[in-house]
Amino acid sequence: MSELAIELKGIDKSFGLVHANRNINLKVRKGTIHGIIGENGAGKSTLMSILYGFYQADHGDILINGQKVNIRDPNAAIAAGIGMVHQHFMLVENFTVLENIMLGAEESQILNAGITKARAELKRLEKEYALEVDPDAVIEELPVGIQQRVEILKALYRKADILILDEPTGVLTPAEADHLFRILGQLKDQGKTVLLITHKLREIMAITDEVSVMRRGEMVATRTTSETSVEELAELMVGRRVLLRVEKGEAKPADVKLSVKNLTVRDSRGVTMVDDVSFDLRAGEIVGIAGVAGNGQSELLEAISGIRRAKSGMVLLNGRPVDVTGNADPAELRKCGLAHVPEDRHHVGLVLKFEESENAILGYHDDPKYRKGFTLDIDAIRAEAEEKIAAYDIRPPNPRLKTANFSGGNQQKIVLAREMERNPDVLIIGQPTRGVDVGAIEFIHRRIIEMRDQGKAVLLVSVELDEIRALSDRILVMFAGRVVGERAPDATEGELGLLMAGVEGPKEAAE
Amino acid sequence: MSVPYAKLPAWAEYGLIPLVNLAVAFLISGLVVLIVGESPLEAAYHMINGAFGRGEYIGFTLYYTTTFIFTGLAVAVAFHAGLFNIGGEGQAYVGGIGVALACLALDRTLPWYLVFPIAIVGAAFFGALWAMIPGWLQAKRGSHIVITTIMFNFIAASLMNYLLNKVFKPLGSMSLETRTFDAGGQLPKLDWLMSIFGLSVGNAPFNISFLLALVAAFGVWVLIWRTKLGYEMRTMGHSPAAARYAGIKEAKIIVITMMISGGLAGMMALNPIMGEQFRMQLEFVQGAGFVGIAVALMGRSHPAGIIPAALLFGMLYQGGAEISFEMPSISRDMIVIIQGLVILFAGALEHMFRPAITRLVIGLSPKARDVAATKGA
Repeated sequence: MSELAIELKGIDKSFGLVHANRNINLKVRKGTIHGIIGENGAGKSTLMSILYGFYQADHGDILINGQKVNIRDPNAAIAAGIGMVHQHFMLVENFTVLENIMLGAEESQILNAGITKARAELKRLEKEYALEVDPDAVIEELPVGIQQRVEILKALYRKADILILDEPTGVLTPAEADHLFRILGQLKDQGKTVLLITHKLREIMAITDEVSVMRRGEMVATRTTSETSVEELAELMVGRRVLLRVEKGEAKPADVKLSVKNLTVRDSRGVTMVDDVSFDLRAGEIVGIAGVAGNGQSELLEAISGIRRAKSGMVLLNGRPVDVTGNADPAELRKCGLAHVPEDRHHVGLVLKFEESENAILGYHDDPKYRKGFTLDIDAIRAEAEEKIAAYDIRPPNPRLKTANFSGGNQQKIVLAREMERNPDVLIIGQPTRGVDVGAIEFIHRRIIEMRDQGKAVLLVSVELDEIRALSDRILVMFAGRVVGERAPDATEGELGLLMAGVEGPKEAAE
Repeated sequence: MSVPYAKLPAWAEYGLIPLVNLAVAFLISGLVVLIVGESPLEAAYHMINGAFGRGEYIGFTLYYTTTFIFTGLAVAVAFHAGLFNIGGEGQAYVGGIGVALACLALDRTLPWYLVFPIAIVGAAFFGALWAMIPGWLQAKRGSHIVITTIMFNFIAASLMNYLLNKVFKPLGSMSLETRTFDAGGQLPKLDWLMSIFGLSVGNAPFNISFLLALVAAFGVWVLIWRTKLGYEMRTMGHSPAAARYAGIKEAKIIVITMMISGGLAGMMALNPIMGEQFRMQLEFVQGAGFVGIAVALMGRSHPAGIIPAALLFGMLYQGGAEISFEMPSISRDMIVIIQGLVILFAGALEHMFRPAITRLVIGLSPKARDVAATKGA
């Protein structure tokens, strides 16, 4: 057994009564890729924050390369050779790659000498790890995959021997993810240690050497990856057996419920985000829209649901035209049978500061049944919220609790309960399971399929290709604002991945 | 990255933290008094005694309180919709037109209890009108409400100067004010209320608009937490994106919210015009619109917080006047410093002691720990 890069002994951390990390012991061998998996709220992020110096543990020791260290802040972590690539990149968007890499490590007030040195060092790192990046490119003009590479270079520039990656593939295409894994492999070959935090079991199986599973603040198991299985890991994460595949019968598509014709949407800067998109959505089918985040899916959903003006094109809901280029009104569309589960539940689908019952009527608050004279009928609103809480098993079952205090999965259930219980004809759903734990994913997927089986038309947008393939009856792939292909759900991941990267799409879409 | 989340129990959130902030503000004020070479204890005595020592003093304190309840509510209503209405000063000033018109037209023919409702409507109407314009400009033209409401304070000042000079001033008078109203334009004092507690209101202008302020406070609570309009305002205030998603008409809510806010600010004019001076004078608002911002901040934009916050500022005004009267080396400006410190600690630095207090409370009280435990980290 080779020596340990990281050893955690009895790490304990509480926030008030919340025991976020409970007596965590972890051994990470030098020169390996070590995966850490767990549901949301299992304590992964807290543990990594302790390791990177954002928080201090209440008890326990951290040993780096066998030496006990005291990591008071991120600077101490960097000094100990730990680098972190955050889920949301910590880059200054309008700085160049070189400026970003130097940021915080400028060494003197006058930048010139530092720049020359940094440029040379960057060249060396690029060669050593095959991480090609143009040092003078501006960050905001780079694709996400490359931005992530800059984050890795930033850590290496600070002489990191241990690299922590927090959910690194969330924003990547399958091809970009593969490229990242190759880079990680190279880093490992050079003797670096990689800690990979993810909830995607497939990635764990693909590239880690060892994997540790966290559940409810505890480290429940560590396995050698080659000796475990996806099923075992899922069970360890959730604490019970999980159905990873949703059961679903044949679709029985009926009438067209939603028809999108030549829809073009521009963002506030005038950049075309949705480019001449047309498709039909029928009752009793789920159409999935696959694509890497930022290829126009969000804008498409927003235009259909009346939140964002379209530049041109037509949308027919139940055969009636919707004024998507003019005065389409989300409230009016709801009355016509459209329900919308937005991608961003924190800022759009919910008001986190509201109590649960207040969010349970968001968008439907106009309904006379919630009114009593001049005022809202708070009792009726809370009573209805309680029914939904029971039906969707929302926990804790308290309609008066502030929404921010629910977990991600339960927050998503609040939105789903609100939108599904209205018995809509058309349900459009963005990222149904983003930030949702495995147990709740199963529940949400079952509900979506139930909606289809009840004859609803479901439009599903997700960046999780597995989810799209598991739920959809037809898959449309979006790239650069266009629908570049339609496939059956049994299309291979490779085929869809190429479409998502714009490789097989029509020439003009690949611009 | 999850952030450790701890919610304080209500008594700490709404009681302990404001009290600690206040205590620090007074401590530093004490230091200032000490530097001037006076005794802080004596100053504190005069402050408390001047505000509450006699029925008449209490009357003055509550008179100021009335004014600050109105302007505080005005700012709070706009806050809930995410709008920062700094124009309470101008709106209250222009609201005076409504009061003055009602009184000048009717004070000789109708009793006060008939003139009062008309004056209320007039004050609210002119205040709302003055706030509607910046609201409309933001809703339709995207002009930022903070900038426009500040501008409108200056415009209001000039406009009122003109109106008092050219329209309201009686012929031959030298001072910039309307004529004094007759009985119909004079609100009764709340003698009976004070006498319940065995106190006499004396010369203090503590009048019936205090009750109106309390009614307005209750009305604001109903509006914000119990009506559809309030629901839509709060949705927009917390998350404009969620409001758009819910189909809430942003422009409409902005204009209506500003009108309600301006109407409340305008109603402040009833207190000095109909309740104290019985005429409209130049600059009768005297900064109350700005104090309203501090009151709303300190009261957490909740009527139940605004009333005690208004009382606190009423006390500072009345007690402060008493200090500078009794202790000549402490000038009016010193009182402004003390008020400034209260605003600084209660409003701007509101979160300074929060982490320490949170640790303390959560360490001491098992119940508070349970509240904190509802959110996983």
